[in-house]
Amino acid sequence: MSNSLTRRSILRGAMGGGAVSVALPFLDCFLNSNGTALAATGGPLPYSLGLWWQGLGLNPGSWEPSTIGKGFELRNELKVLEPFRDKLNLYTGTKYFLDGRPLETHTTGYEIASTGGIPMGNNSGASLDMNVADVIGKNTRFRSLEISLDGSRGSYSTRGGSTKNPSEGSPVALYQRIFGPQFTDPNAAEFTPDPMVMARRSVLSYVTDQRQSVIKQLGASDRERLDRYFTSLREVEHQLDLEMQKPAPLEACTVPGEPAEAKPGSVVMDADANNRLFGALVAHALACGQTRVFSIDVGAAGLRKQGSSLTWHMLTHEEPVDEAIGYQKESTWFMNWANSAFAGFLKELDSIPEGDGTVLDRVLVLWQTDHGDARIHTMDALPVMTVGSAGGRIKTGLHVSAHGDPATRVGLTVQQAMGVPISAWGDRSNETSKTITEVLA
Amino acid sequence: MTPKLSKFVPYALTGVLGMLGVAGALIAPGTNSDQAVLAAEPVSESSMTTRRLTSEQYKTVIADVFGPTISLGGRFEPELRVDGLFEVGAGLVSVSPSGMEQYDAMARTIASQVVDEAHRDLLIPCKPQSVTAPDDACVSEFVSKVGRLLFRRALADEERQAYVMAARDATETLGDFYTGLSLSLGAMLTSPQFLFRHEVLEDDPAHKGAYRLDAYSRASRLSFFLWNSSPDLPLLAAAEKGDLYTEKGVAQQVERMLDSPRLRDGVRAFFSDMLHFDGLETLTKDTTIYPKFNAQVASDAREQTLRTLVHALVDARGDYRDIFTTKETFLTQELASLYKVPLVNNVPNGSPDTWQAYEFPESDPRAGIQMQISFVALHSHPGRSSPTLRGKALRETMLCQKVPSPPGDVNFTLVQDTSNPVYKTARTRLQAHANEPMCAGCHKITDPIGLALENFNGAGGWQTKENGEVIDTTGSLDGIAFEDGIGLGQALRNNPAVPSCLVDRVSAYALGRTPSKNEAPWIRELKDHFAANGYVVPALMKEITTSPEFFRASMPGMDEMKEARAGVN
Repeated sequence: MSNSLTRRSILRGAMGGGAVSVALPFLDCFLNSNGTALAATGGPLPYSLGLWWQGLGLNPGSWEPSTIGKGFELRNELKVLEPFRDKLNLYTGTKYFLDGRPLETHTTGYEIASTGGIPMGNNSGASLDMNVADVIGKNTRFRSLEISLDGSRGSYSTRGGSTKNPSEGSPVALYQRIFGPQFTDPNAAEFTPDPMVMARRSVLSYVTDQRQSVIKQLGASDRERLDRYFTSLREVEHQLDLEMQKPAPLEACTVPGEPAEAKPGSVVMDADANNRLFGALVAHALACGQTRVFSIDVGAAGLRKQGSSLTWHMLTHEEPVDEAIGYQKESTWFMNWANSAFAGFLKELDSIPEGDGTVLDRVLVLWQTDHGDARIHTMDALPVMTVGSAGGRIKTGLHVSAHGDPATRVGLTVQQAMGVPISAWGDRSNETSKTITEVLA
Repeated sequence: MTPKLSKFVPYALTGVLGMLGVAGALIAPGTNSDQAVLAAEPVSESSMTTRRLTSEQYKTVIADVFGPTISLGGRFEPELRVDGLFEVGAGLVSVSPSGMEQYDAMARTIASQVVDEAHRDLLIPCKPQSVTAPDDACVSEFVSKVGRLLFRRALADEERQAYVMAARDATETLGDFYTGLSLSLGAMLTSPQFLFRHEVLEDDPAHKGAYRLDAYSRASRLSFFLWNSSPDLPLLAAAEKGDLYTEKGVAQQVERMLDSPRLRDGVRAFFSDMLHFDGLETLTKDTTIYPKFNAQVASDAREQTLRTLVHALVDARGDYRDIFTTKETFLTQELASLYKVPLVNNVPNGSPDTWQAYEFPESDPRAGIQMQISFVALHSHPGRSSPTLRGKALRETMLCQKVPSPPGDVNFTLVQDTSNPVYKTARTRLQAHANEPMCAGCHKITDPIGLALENFNGAGGWQTKENGEVIDTTGSLDGIAFEDGIGLGQALRNNPAVPSCLVDRVSAYALGRTPSKNEAPWIRELKDHFAANGYVVPALMKEITTSPEFFRASMPGMDEMKEARAGVN
């Protein structure tokens, strides 16, 4: 982003009080002549990262394939992902390490998976999606999008400290946020910068200009928090900057229809409907260059069937194992549902053609969970998956056995594939420098 | 002229800017390696803690400054509860990017209403010379007056100037005075000075080398604690006159504030925080199992309990412990039908306020706030009650005791009789936990009190049988046995941990942080006096605000350093 574009003085001069149509230069992205690649970098379409957080694990002994490497079988709870078999990697045998710290059930595992360690008190490190967003998300309107399928506002995404990036639970609200009045269609023939946006941008800079003077009055911990506040304010400014420039055309970008009123909530039927809507919105947001990083929290714990007094989480603890089949029947129904929701979400990404493939081809989605066996809160034998190749950065169709290794190995590998310059990731026993080299292209 | 407008008009700004010029060699706080460098560099003032406004404070301030008809048009990011309180977590949180988008959207929504044709004559103290051109003098007047209320202090010249320039820029770009003014006001509402409460230390003239909390910070502490809002103009004026540096001046303001109807807002805000009433905003129940429960019921349930508390504790200056046994409450016709009690309508026909006092008869098995929907429905599952969640909530919110999380790697099949998976009542289901040593430790803490509330289903409705079996509500709390929920209320009322917990929570809420070990003697004294004075909550609030500890200034980390040193020696 050119700084000179954002200066108040120039804005005032350029606008002169009225609406004028100006041909501002594209940012750093130009399509080449066939519309598939970005001429400015000469590279392929930009790659993206998605995180899928699905709690309550899978049934141990049921889903693991018997062969490693290529040609593995998707068994039982994973069968529903068959259409994506060639785009999918499965990682088995990894663990979350507690290092003697207390286990906050259904929370600690997620914390390790997202930040590489267990937070001290209320202070956590940054989550991996934020590390990635800092590398690939700088020029998009939204550095990241956080979504929940059960309507809750929590998330595992954080810049560190005590502030989480809250989830959006309503597809209607997410639609408004991305494709509402502030959306600029990259393929529109005409571009007229909105003088209101210019005025807002100019006024906001009076606040952002105070950054140094405010921060220097504060103690160390307040300084960090106010610095995060100013960084978030800078994101709003950045959005206004983008709205003032004609975006580069994007072949695959179409504006989706506004979803009819959705019902955010923890009933599976609602979560399922919202999942499809969110999937379509994310796919269009990626195709329209609005973001490159997203997280989906399935919100497994509170999910339930309409009319049932038991939630999925309660079932994992209270439902007896069916002796005849060897697992909990109802809990498994939920696992199968959640994996089919995952497949449905992927299908939305796969349904927008782009270049030689689909949007899914330039995305890497990382699937993680909180426990290996939710029924007894185990922290090992975790199921982990990635789907998509991030535009060829990851080899796919592989089953990797990493028995006894920290689950953070997958997180490290994903971050490295996304261009995060780190050679090790995680804290204490969850720290690893062992990249899963067999999947790196 | 509305009462809201009168906040601006009768009180002229007097020479308040002198406050900001207080100079002194104050070191910047912090224990990092830069400290030596910072200490060598005298700065005129320094903040000690910075807290983000809670969503409730934001709402109250906007309503107080611009009137209750202004809608916010946005939503807040989730808050962080630390040591049982959002008010403590507010000192740890920042703003996320999507949270900032929302603050920005709310700021513009609020500001555009302030300048719209319905409000501008009431809320803007001057008229521009032309509605299409900048008018620095009018903007300056508005910014000074509103800024003082939003930033909780007088604006420095250069701050005021910046917002005047911002309005001028925007007006020139858009050719409309009021839109330009509204964008400038929007910027004030997204600024850190509004969204965060900075506390400022200054040299203490009475003690060389020591610091004290500056007058504006004192005013904010008082008003946010007692009223859950910004200081009003008389309080700002008292701060500017130096009254808040004297015991007498503070006592005068505290007296005035405790007598104000706004004390109710402060008490309501405290109990909403302590009782986790934010949970009622998103509480949902299974509509098949509990068809009558909806968002309106949840919101009314919250209002019922807050009205019960305000009446008992503020209006009647009653004994805090009686909230667990009181038969007096407030109901709407809708709530009365959920509680299945006859409520003779005595509000005027068509009155918008449909709340009326109600007293459960002596023979009714219900009493106390722990038997109200706001408690029993909040601490339940979506489709059934939960003695464990209710017991845990009583322990944690009313008794300030921490119940540990369930252990990892526990095989729950041990507590399941697979040959007979359907237990008829919660008691029999939970009995299995009690027989398993790994589980029994914690379930012994929660279940015997939670089971006493089993006559309330997951939505707060009354039940005497579960799956055809009569519900047994006997239980015990710390050695005191009881028969039912009424007995539990008595046991809570007489448990010394109950008032002790309240003092812990109120003092942490007042300070906006967890009190340090150095403050323990003060807290003990507060507890003794609370008991001696008959457990009257406003009296406790008065004692807190008139104690030197309430305004005690310390560097962040200073107490911890002292404590660490004491530990070494």
